Amino acid sequence: MSNAPGSTKVDEAVGRRRILVLFAHPSLERSEVNGPLAAATARVEGVTLVDLYAEYPTFDFNVDLEQERLLAHDALCFMYPLYWYSTPAILKEWQDLVLERGFAYDAAAPALQGKVFFNALTAGGPEAAYCAAGYNHLTIRELLSPLEQMSRLCGMVFLPPFALFGARTAVEDGRLAGHIADWVRVLEALRDHRLDLAAAAPRTKLNADLDAIIRGA
Amino acid sequence: MEGMLFHAFVYLAAAVVAVPVAHRLGLGSVLGYLIAGILIGPVLGLVGAETKDIQQVAEFGVVLMLFLVGLELEPKLLWQMRGRLLGLGGLQVGLTALAIAALAFSLGLYWGLGLAVGLVFAMSSTAIVIQTLSEKGLTKTEGGRASFAVLLFQDISVIAVLALIPFLAQPEPLALAAWLSAAAGDNSAAQGAAGLVAGLPNWGYALVVLGAVATVVLGGHYLSRPLFRYIAESRLREVFTASALLLVVGTALLMTLVGLSPALGTFLAGVILATSEFRHELRSDIEPFKGILMGIFFITVGAGIDLPLLFGDFATLLGLTLGVMGLKALVLLALARLFRLRAGDRWLFALSLAQAGEFGFVLLGFCVQNGVVPTGLARTLSLVVALSMLLTPALFILYDRLIAPRLRNGKGPAPDTIEEEGTVVIAGIGRFGQIVNRLLVAAGIETVVLDHRADQIDLLRKLGIKSYYGDASRPDLLHAAGLARARLFIVAIDDRDRAVEMVDYCRRTYPQVRILARAYDVGHLYLLKQAGADLAVREVFDTSLGLGAAALRELGMHPYKVERMTRAFRRHEAAGLAGMYDLWDQDPDIARNLALQARIREHVGTLQDALNSDRMQLHDRTERGWTPPSRGFSREPD
Ligand SMILES: Cc1cc2nc3c(=O)[nH]c(=O)nc-3n(C[C@H](O)[C@H](O)[C@H](O)COP(=O)(O)O)c2cc1C
Repeated sequence: MSNAPGSTKVDEAVGRRRILVLFAHPSLERSEVNGPLAAATARVEGVTLVDLYAEYPTFDFNVDLEQERLLAHDALCFMYPLYWYSTPAILKEWQDLVLERGFAYDAAAPALQGKVFFNALTAGGPEAAYCAAGYNHLTIRELLSPLEQMSRLCGMVFLPPFALFGARTAVEDGRLAGHIADWVRVLEALRDHRLDLAAAAPRTKLNADLDAIIRGA
Repeated sequence: MEGMLFHAFVYLAAAVVAVPVAHRLGLGSVLGYLIAGILIGPVLGLVGAETKDIQQVAEFGVVLMLFLVGLELEPKLLWQMRGRLLGLGGLQVGLTALAIAALAFSLGLYWGLGLAVGLVFAMSSTAIVIQTLSEKGLTKTEGGRASFAVLLFQDISVIAVLALIPFLAQPEPLALAAWLSAAAGDNSAAQGAAGLVAGLPNWGYALVVLGAVATVVLGGHYLSRPLFRYIAESRLREVFTASALLLVVGTALLMTLVGLSPALGTFLAGVILATSEFRHELRSDIEPFKGILMGIFFITVGAGIDLPLLFGDFATLLGLTLGVMGLKALVLLALARLFRLRAGDRWLFALSLAQAGEFGFVLLGFCVQNGVVPTGLARTLSLVVALSMLLTPALFILYDRLIAPRLRNGKGPAPDTIEEEGTVVIAGIGRFGQIVNRLLVAAGIETVVLDHRADQIDLLRKLGIKSYYGDASRPDLLHAAGLARARLFIVAIDDRDRAVEMVDYCRRTYPQVRILARAYDVGHLYLLKQAGADLAVREVFDTSLGLGAAALRELGMHPYKVERMTRAFRRHEAAGLAGMYDLWDQDPDIARNLALQARIREHVGTLQDALNSDRMQLHDRTERGWTPPSRGFSREPD
């Protein structure tokens, strides 16, 4: 298992990383944080934003198209509000259909080998609840372990989630703008190979101390 | 006969020549008509004495116009406007009249004369302003609405002013008699009126007036609808047009008989019918008449200009005109500020209403009759009124060129709600259109629904669905329904040829509107696409597929597998249709189109394959999803 971030070939590539963000929010018109976050994402150069619920309102995936998209990018991000400690349903269905045998795994050349995978999520609960002593008992990273294992099985480099806690009060507390700015910074750093994957990999969440994992500009 | 034909020829020719030129030059049609009038009247002398008679006919254009204005205004809206109507309108008339009266008084004129002249000039030109605002698409802006409220108030107040004028005469021996009889309350309100009410005491007159208004309101509400429905069912278009005209003429006649303004009466009739299902049909029927008559009205104004008098003392006249317009504009600006209109709307409001209007002529005539204003002065003032009307298009140009662009550069476009017309027009409200409409309305989308079956419309209205009678394949009706401003046009009628014509017409005339159409079968679907439909769906495809799916479930197939198969079927079908369109487009006649024949054979062939030899083909495609790992799969460490 060559999962050590520093040794992947994508990280050493000279060109920019192309980032695919799969966005899932089933009631966007009521969203307070994911909507603006997605809008900001769409404006970052080199990032492809796909609104899954808009493109596949009946979950009727075009598997070929989705696989082509994966091949055309170097990093994959799931972006969503945390629903029952997991992704909204469509992202699960997407995995079930797109990550086919012979394509993503059990293949001579697994298509996703070496690509970066991570989650950008928002959670209603406060950060303090997401630890052994809190009422959720598990950290957010622990809760995402099925996704972490999915990416490992597909040969991808897993990064901890970029998470916003207390999402229901983020707007009234004035935390949203800063969060979006951080998010754009992370995307740009990942794109330009300035994000230190090795330093980021062991963290519980990606956005704890960005200065420590982002190089330069 | 010859004479009439000659004059009709001259008037029409002048209009046909002058108006398009004026329009091209950006002057607006009103100025075009006025110039045409000046050309054939004082300049070339082609028309003369008969302008008076023609003017009477042409004034009927104003009546028609107010009917149309009323048709646009639901009573609810009118009630919402009441503050503006009374506040803005009342203050405008009152303050303008008083300011001019004060000016006249300070110049040593008799106060009554001053006030009469003030009232004459307080009126603006409903005809010019409404015509120009709607030509420029400004009626729905805040400034446009405020202007409209003031114009409406002015039109209503004319009746009161007519009643007041006899009291304003300087009490000379000659005028005294009239004044005395007026002051004695003897039939004062009906001074200008004819016929029925002469000689009635005041309370009787009041009763007659009330009766007439009640006739219009109740008749319009209860009688006109069954009548229109009856006529609509006969499907005789010209009879419907005739009955629309009859309604307007009848109302105008009734009002004239009891001494009320016919324009006001028809306005009322319009408001009553504004909520009826025949609104759009009435509008498109009356509009051409109104357009022509208004044009002739403006021509007569131009033709009636007394050039020698005008150029005799042009400087003084121009000075007077500009003075009056300046004063009116000042009052309007102050009011606009008071009523908190935005900057751009404020200017539109002040510039559009600064002229004197056609009622000015009427009032002046009446003043002379009552000895309030001497004849000589009245002729000069008439010129001032006409001149100010002539200058109005220039003010609109000023607004267009100087003020509107600056506003646009400033804070971006004004956030006015112009979408009022309904963002979706649906043609055909049978079984198909109804479902479409119900979904859209439930989603909070404004729709305008049209159908040519009056009984259907009637039923839908009883169920509370906003719908209008009219043959939706008529361009004028589509226009009246607001297609120019719509986002979507949905063609849901069951007449195949008309549907294609409609799509074709809409695509050419309103290229920005997206068109969704109901198709009968594949051939029709292609025809609709070719005509420019953005989307066409076969009317029974979904339901048939749904029933087929139900059949498979009946046979015991797992519902989710059935779902997957129908989805695959849908995809297969869509790909097939898309693949054949280009071939069809080369030559829709299948008998001659060999390539298309071959493709259809292939399509049928694969279908048979799928059904017979390899039943599982469809199945296999759907089965691609959720394929489990191979039985022996386990991830070995690298
Ligand atoms: C069905 C559902 C399940 C949810 N489950 C969780 C949860 O397990 N943990 C949590 O912290 N918040 C949970 N939430 C709250 C959402 O995460 C929160 O509303 C969302 O992040 C707000 O983002 P938005 O404003 O973009 O919709 C849930 C919300 C919904 C609607």
